This record gives sequence, structure tokens and C-alpha cells, in this order.
Amino acid sequence: MWRIGTVVALQSETATARTIRFQVPDWPGHVAGQHVDARLTAADGYSAVRSYSIASAPNTNRQIDITVERLPDGEVSPYLTKEVMVGDQLELRGPIGGWFVWRPEQTEPIQLIAGGSGIVPLMSMIRSRAAAGSTAPFRLLYSVREPKAVWYSNELQGLTEQDPSFGITYAYTRATPKDWPRPPGRIDADLVAKATWPSSLGSTCYVCGPTSFVESAASFLTASGNSPDRIRTERFGPTGDRK
Amino acid sequence: MSSDTYNYLDGNAAAGELSRVFAMDVTAAQGRCANCGAIRRFAEAHLYIRGPGVVARCPECQHVLLRLASFGESVFLDVKGLTYLRLDAT
Repeated sequence: MWRIGTVVALQSETATARTIRFQVPDWPGHVAGQHVDARLTAADGYSAVRSYSIASAPNTNRQIDITVERLPDGEVSPYLTKEVMVGDQLELRGPIGGWFVWRPEQTEPIQLIAGGSGIVPLMSMIRSRAAAGSTAPFRLLYSVREPKAVWYSNELQGLTEQDPSFGITYAYTRATPKDWPRPPGRIDADLVAKATWPSSLGSTCYVCGPTSFVESAASFLTASGNSPDRIRTERFGPTGDRK
Repeated sequence: MSSDTYNYLDGNAAAGELSRVFAMDVTAAQGRCANCGAIRRFAEAHLYIRGPGVVARCPECQHVLLRLASFGESVFLDVKGLTYLRLDAT
């Protein structure tokens, strides 16, 4: 079932990424981690559907945020990151998914691992936790190209400063801040072992990113002693123009 | 580790289209592979979307679990690769 969403706010996250807020009058509410399908239809009837994770916490305002990265050859993302304006309407289907979700009733330690734009559903979990006043210990390992490619940077920094039970480790793949202890590179078993909860805590792990990233991160988590049935994954990639 | 090695997504990516068919959430549903017997969440299936439809494969043995294709107002669904699919009300 497709619902009409009206763009009510736009915010740039980086040079190539933008957050779009939709008002959806008949939105039934969502759970952190879920996604939504967006359908764009051209004047000639051609339509394209893409999936985007919801970035915002569940709320009663019937609003949802998505953050979209502009892909050079994208069919949909250039429109969403450059052309769409407040007042425009899109067709949305969702919320979708009941597996890759975090609910405030969960009190166990949570390990989040994001690769690039895989931060989006994890940000919804972080925001949901804050909005619910949950004290579940959260850790985020965020792999990103370079410091200026970090999404929600100020908000994440503010949350870690205010909340001792929320911590972030950044892993930069191309360029680091000055005097950063770790040279740029992909996450590895050593980093995952050091930056994540000890497996003895029985944390639930949520991993989101490109497929190759998710496969690596999940294997490092199991190598660190985490049980595969405590690891939930969501993959996106060049096959899907996803996120 | 070429990108071709990882040319799949996962069952989450088919959930929107499958929501046309199933009233209950399919990503958390548990399915049993008809080939190897592995019981996994549908979200964990490897999903190939480059073809005219989508193909979900078992993450353990790569056997085809499900095929889905939409043509106009019709949906073709082949689930013979699953011996069962257990869906739970959330």
C-alpha cells in the first residue's frame, strides 16, 4: 500500500548527502531500524522504487526522516539530494521489516556497526534510545571514508558527551583527523575486538553497510566470540541503489 | 574481495515487494531450506535483484529459496525452495 508523503524539511548532512523529512498523514508509526520504499513516477509513467532506512526515532507526529547519498550514476538519488523541494510529494510504502529493529524494551548491551551510509537505521536506534530515556548501554563502531563524510556528526558528539553509557569509535578508511592513532584502513579483527562489547556480555549486534563490509564485520564479531544468532545484519550495495 | 563476490543484498531488501503478498512481516519469518534443512530468518537470505525478478538464496548452501517477479498487476511467487515459512504476528 502506497501512502503520500509530503516533504516538510530538508537538511544537508555532507556535500553529497541530504536528509529529507516527510509528513505522512496516515503513517502507522515505525520501530527503529525499519525502512521505507519510495516510488518516483515520471510524466511518461516510468517508475522507480528504492528502499531507504528511516533515520528518525519513532514519534507521534507522523513524520519520518530519510538520509540519501547522491550516487554518481543513480537514477533516483540525484533527484532526492538536489532537486526535491519542500512541498513536493512522493509515494512511500512502509514501514517495512521486523527483524533488523531495536525496541526500547531491550535492556541488553547493544553493539552497532555502520559502514558509510549504513549509519542511518542505527541512528534511528540511537535516537529511539535517547527519546525513550533508555539506559541500555550502546556502542557504535562507525567506519567512514573521512571525517567530513560523517553523518549526524554534531548530534552524535553531543550524545556521547551527555551520556556515559553511549560510546563511539570512528574508523576512517581514506583520511583521518590529525594525529589519529590508527592509520586509514578498513576495519579489521583487532579493531572490532577492541571497539566492541566483550562477547561475555551477550550483547545484540546490528551491522549495516555495503555487503562486503557487513560480511567482514559479522565475521570479525563471531571471531571475537559473539554468537551468530546475536548478530543482525542489513546489506545494501551497488546492486540496489539502496539507502 | 572483489565487488562481484558480494553481488547480493539480503531478505530485508525484498520485504517491500513481499508486503504486497504477505500481511505479516516476512523479514523476521523463519524459513527452512528444502535443500540443506537450515532454518534461518528470511532477512538473512542472500538476495539477488539484478534479474527481471528477485531471487532469494539460502545463506548456508545457496539453494534457491524463493523467486518473485511482478508484471503489471500480477505477482509470480515460487517458494518451492522452502519446506516451510513460519510467520509470527508482531
